[in-house]
Amino acid sequence: MGENLKCSNCDNQATVHLTQIINNKIIKVDLCESCAQAKGVTDPEGFSLADLLNKSHVPTHEEDSSLQCPDCGLTTADFRRTGRLGCSSCFTVFASLLRPVLEDMHVGTCHKGKTPDVALSRQSITVQLDKLEKALAKAIDEEAYEDAAKYRDQIKSLKEEAENYEYSQS
Amino acid sequence: MIEPLLNCKDAELTHNTQKATPVVLSTRLRLARNLLGTPFPERASLAQRSDILSKCSDHLSGLGKMKKGSFFEISELSDLEKQVLVERHLISRELCESQQGSGVYINKAQTCSVMINEEDHLRIQFLKTGFHLKNVWKQIDRFDTELEEHLDIAYDSEFGYLTACPTNLGTGLRASVMMHLPGLVLSDQMERVIRAVNQLGITVRGLFGEGSDATGHVFQISNQQTLGEQEGDIIDRLGNVLKTVIDHEVNARFKCLEDSRSKVLDQIGRAYGVLRNAHVVNSAEAMNMLSLLRLAVDFEMLPESNRAEIDRFFIECQPGHIQHATKSEIEPDERDVCRAKKLREELGSLPALDFDKLADLT
Ligand SMILES: [Zn+2]
Ligand SMILES: [Zn+2]
Repeated sequence: MGENLKCSNCDNQATVHLTQIINNKIIKVDLCESCAQAKGVTDPEGFSLADLLNKSHVPTHEEDSSLQCPDCGLTTADFRRTGRLGCSSCFTVFASLLRPVLEDMHVGTCHKGKTPDVALSRQSITVQLDKLEKALAKAIDEEAYEDAAKYRDQIKSLKEEAENYEYSQS
Repeated sequence: MIEPLLNCKDAELTHNTQKATPVVLSTRLRLARNLLGTPFPERASLAQRSDILSKCSDHLSGLGKMKKGSFFEISELSDLEKQVLVERHLISRELCESQQGSGVYINKAQTCSVMINEEDHLRIQFLKTGFHLKNVWKQIDRFDTELEEHLDIAYDSEFGYLTACPTNLGTGLRASVMMHLPGLVLSDQMERVIRAVNQLGITVRGLFGEGSDATGHVFQISNQQTLGEQEGDIIDRLGNVLKTVIDHEVNARFKCLEDSRSKVLDQIGRAYGVLRNAHVVNSAEAMNMLSLLRLAVDFEMLPESNRAEIDRFFIECQPGHIQHATKSEIEPDERDVCRAKKLREELGSLPALDFDKLADLT
């Protein structure tokens, strides 16, 4: 055990085993002699794990290099430099860059644990309400009163459902 | 500001006289969570950060667990106060350096702390003296569920709980156990153990020291991966590895006694002498001597009741705590004098080491 580790950067046998603490996170890297030299591991301050991840894992296709999150403004370059995402929308925008990184980082690539059930059902009710209220406004606008009445009933029952849900949880 | 916290007589790690156990000091679980609709703290504006801070602290103050708890805005704490909280593991170094609009909620017994606007909007931490992974998971899980009843948590069916750093995706769960491993260190096996557990996706980090160099033979051992596995499986896997580490540690201790009995007893005896008589003790020396004294308790050379007291000194002999107790920022030289004085006074009533007890053990 521990004798045949491969270099995180190339396929040579790793001889330098580095446990780095970056922003209070412990990250372990194994490097071969020459990659360790090239990465400046002798000077830990000058060594950036984000750089290493970029070069070895994040594909550098032209089409992927100019992504930007519409919500927080994070760019591909930002992501490569910091290794951090900026907001929940980033996960949709950068999903293709993220997946290969996750493969090496974790046990699997798909979540298997707990889900925030209460929050999710509340969110889906909010989304549905939003849709229905827009439809209602449109129906009134078009003087489609039969449709409007139908939407109004649906909104009422959804709101009741949401309230009951909250009571039953607390 | 933090005095009520420090003076609290039922703080889990410093005043829990019953539950201190050999080898394992404490169990600590952390969940990373973010709210929908606002960028993560690093990319949020001050207005957005303040909004998250007040929203989260309002909600937290209503939870039963936080009754009589304390809330601190980081910008209102002095550097020394922040250092004390870091030394107690109630906040992270990163939170200390965060911009305005960050805070922490800590419950009365200091078993639960929630950092707001650290790397993620919420970092929830639960801890308990001793080895209790399953029990602490149950508690933090319940708290987390209560929290999400009124907060819209950022979640994705593929990536799980969304976090700023990909290393926390999925469950957002970091489970760590603080272990006292003098046997493995003294018998030169620690590096081998670190290598072996690293291969199993488990991280070892030295404690009570800057960076990763260990003093006091105390290590924090935790899971590295958070995605692709259920919380229960993460905990079971870590727990099984730790049980093996405990076995190795116990064996190493007895082996040390067998192979180099005089050397081990000499080290313990010297530690006892230094702690009770020295007038200048730096932080690293204090940790290492206290570690040997804890070993003496485990070897039954000192009463069991002294173990919790030693664990309290592990915390109270760190630089921040020493300075805070003297109410001033003092130079390291002066600190070493204060530390030695505290140890002399508090350990003055310690009974003599019973070297004969040890004979029964081997
Ligand atoms: Zn290489
Ligand atoms: Zn974004």
